[in-house]
Amino acid sequence: MKDSHYDVAIIGAGMSGLAAGIRLAHFGRKVCIFERHNAPGGLNSFYSLEGRKYDVGLHAMTNYVAPGVKGTPLGKLLRQLRIEREEFALCPQKQSKISFGPRGESVLKFTNDFAVLDAEVAAKFPAQADGWRKLVGLVKTYDDVSLDAKPLSAREVVGRHISDPLLTDMIFCPVMYYGSAQERDMEFGQFVIMFKALFLEGFARPLDGVRVIIRVLLDKFRAAGGERRMKCGVKQIIEEQGRAARLVLDDGTEVTAGHVISSIGFPETMKLCGPAHTAEADANTGALSFIETISVFNRQPAEWGWGEDTIIFFNDSARFEYAQAKEQVDIRSGVICLPNNFDFGAGRLPEGIFRVTCLANYDRWAHLPEEQYQADKKRWFEAAVRSARRFLPAVDDAVLAKAQLTTDMFTPRTIKKFTGHLNGAIYGAPQKVRNGRTHLQNLYLCGTDQGFLGIVGAMLSGISMANYHVLQGPARG
Amino acid sequence: MTKDDCKKLVIDIISDIAPDEDLSAIKPEIRLRDQLQLDSMDFLDIVMELRKRHGIEVPEADYAHLASLESCAEYLTPKFATKA
Repeated sequence: MKDSHYDVAIIGAGMSGLAAGIRLAHFGRKVCIFERHNAPGGLNSFYSLEGRKYDVGLHAMTNYVAPGVKGTPLGKLLRQLRIEREEFALCPQKQSKISFGPRGESVLKFTNDFAVLDAEVAAKFPAQADGWRKLVGLVKTYDDVSLDAKPLSAREVVGRHISDPLLTDMIFCPVMYYGSAQERDMEFGQFVIMFKALFLEGFARPLDGVRVIIRVLLDKFRAAGGERRMKCGVKQIIEEQGRAARLVLDDGTEVTAGHVISSIGFPETMKLCGPAHTAEADANTGALSFIETISVFNRQPAEWGWGEDTIIFFNDSARFEYAQAKEQVDIRSGVICLPNNFDFGAGRLPEGIFRVTCLANYDRWAHLPEEQYQADKKRWFEAAVRSARRFLPAVDDAVLAKAQLTTDMFTPRTIKKFTGHLNGAIYGAPQKVRNGRTHLQNLYLCGTDQGFLGIVGAMLSGISMANYHVLQGPARG
Repeated sequence: MTKDDCKKLVIDIISDIAPDEDLSAIKPEIRLRDQLQLDSMDFLDIVMELRKRHGIEVPEADYAHLASLESCAEYLTPKFATKA
């Protein structure tokens, strides 16, 4: 019966689960994180292939603010987890842009200094400048972390201030691509979180990528006395008298816990319950999935004039459509990431890396025979890269091909396999559960489907749910 | 335990919670919130660290007593005394 009861059991060793675990272990709770995979990180992880290290998920950590700026999510997270800022070794972006039109004719440049975007909007959309300022004012004062806010349509709120469809689409594109689980619109609170995270704060990453952040979290969790069981997923949550009474693990053994915090998503958690809550799950399952291509070069992107922009959000069509792809991949819009273009100071990435993310359709990838799957991957890889390159200075195909060392690609199928997210829906369920409560009194959600977005958001989600449901509860928790 | 000892323990806690704050010139009579950037999450952490490190319970109704260093000492010193 060794180790079969915990004060708190956490399902999933992603950013949110690890952050919740650190809080709980720090304050003396006996806590265990159960993770089905052998690697921690969840949606933001890393892997090695043929001796080369890759990041997956994370283009950039959003919510970056310079040292000394207080009262923002990054500062709160560092304090709550007792992490020294230097431990994350964050290097800020150089600049990014939103590039629209078949050849990227309309451009809004932005950096970690909001004044740059502000000036771009004023210069390129003078008639919208007043509305833009009002919208920014509203975003700055909106209580986006309220756990009980009434849902509002972001389209509707933004529409009150901005009337130009091109500017509207250019604002929504990055905000949606970096976190919206909803098609075409998003809840205004979610919009505010992302707007602040991307534009009012900014982008950064450690030179060595997301593994640095995960390593810090793992070390804190271990030092605080937390337990972690890898390759040990939770197969079922057994309900008794309105409580999560027992957890059945993948190996068939059972554990009990005073509280259960699930970071695996709302529908995924509902389906784990015994009896399964299939109807609730099906009514709130995400449909948005993605592909991402990675090309590795033996040249630095700057040699081709690709050395300025860190992230480029692109769209070639008259309107930007953020919705499930009709074909396997929707290459009309997407996100380019050139990780070499963070300001790493004296350091630099040894190889050139070029990543492209586009919306994709899970169903059209899920059930393909292996041979077809591989062939389609190859075909869409080429298509996505070609589409994205329209928004970068032109380089000869032959030059790129000669410099290319290797490539990799994930599809909706890869996402489902490694994260368990139904439909390969990276950003989870369209309706978020802000207070984290479920139908069971001791089962709570954290992470993607609680609804604080981005990786800083994910960590704050774990922190908030641990605080709110466990640590601030009755003295004995 | 003197009130000064008590203040020191509170400062120790704050310096761990908010290492990015300068605590060298805190004025004991002035509200902590007015001198430092501390939010409700931080105050909650002060309460929880008091419980964790010193076994001292601060019920929610008494949180106002933690407003300044002076009021902290006033409120917490007797609690440390009964514990000892």
